[in-house]
Amino acid sequence: MTMTLEAPIPVFDEEATGRKLAIICSKGSLDMAYPGLVLANAALGEGVETHIFFTFWGFDMINKETMGHLQFTPVGNPATHMSPMLMGLPGMTAFATHMMKKQIEGIDVPDVPEFLEMITDAGGHLWACKMSADMMHLTREDLYDRVEGIISASDFIELSEGAQTIFV
Amino acid sequence: MTTATIAGHEVHVDQEGFMTEYDEWTEDLAQTLAANIGIELTDSHWKAIRFLREDFEAEGETPTLRRVTNVGGIPTKELFELFPKKPAKKMAYVAGLPKPAGCV
Repeated sequence: MTMTLEAPIPVFDEEATGRKLAIICSKGSLDMAYPGLVLANAALGEGVETHIFFTFWGFDMINKETMGHLQFTPVGNPATHMSPMLMGLPGMTAFATHMMKKQIEGIDVPDVPEFLEMITDAGGHLWACKMSADMMHLTREDLYDRVEGIISASDFIELSEGAQTIFV
Repeated sequence: MTTATIAGHEVHVDQEGFMTEYDEWTEDLAQTLAANIGIELTDSHWKAIRFLREDFEAEGETPTLRRVTNVGGIPTKELFELFPKKPAKKMAYVAGLPKPAGCV
């Protein structure tokens, strides 16, 4: 006769690891906005403290004027597997952007503003780079409401102490 | 996949302890599963768990957090309060479903 064992209980709270993630978003194109957002969201879902630092072109992801209108350009991107001559034609960026947005929506992934809302609802922290703000003459009012602050590079280094850092 | 007992019932579970047979789950078992991971089920928890069960039955896969929010109507913030730290996995565990496979 065999005894049936008590079912194992999954380990969900590895508090002891104290894992922390810092993601630097430095690009403002539609295709390059997603890697950071997807990873941040996944980390938060795993209970990992997560900070995103937006710098240079990454500002387009949190600038109220541009965050909903990021574009994808196939120019100079060999991964499109299409003729470089064609990629430079007028209207191609708009077309490629439209196609990519449809594909993203098709797999039920949110657009950038909704993604940032989801990430902050999940407890993620958003930070803007001071040097980029100064360069682009942008202030808090120009940025997405849920950005917690405009901070310097040193602030970010302090804040990301002990964090694994990903540069996008 | 192997059989093991949860609250005296013999059920199929995977290596981590997630139940693998949709029909073996009962609301009584959910109480035990929740207690196993330190959660006391309230009406709000039940709303989420019932949505997971219904959605799995209809779609054949465990809904992601975004789907629980957008289709199930439970805000992301609330899910993190109800099932702290790892809401998607914790909800799936209590609802007797596999972990969600989606990236977002």
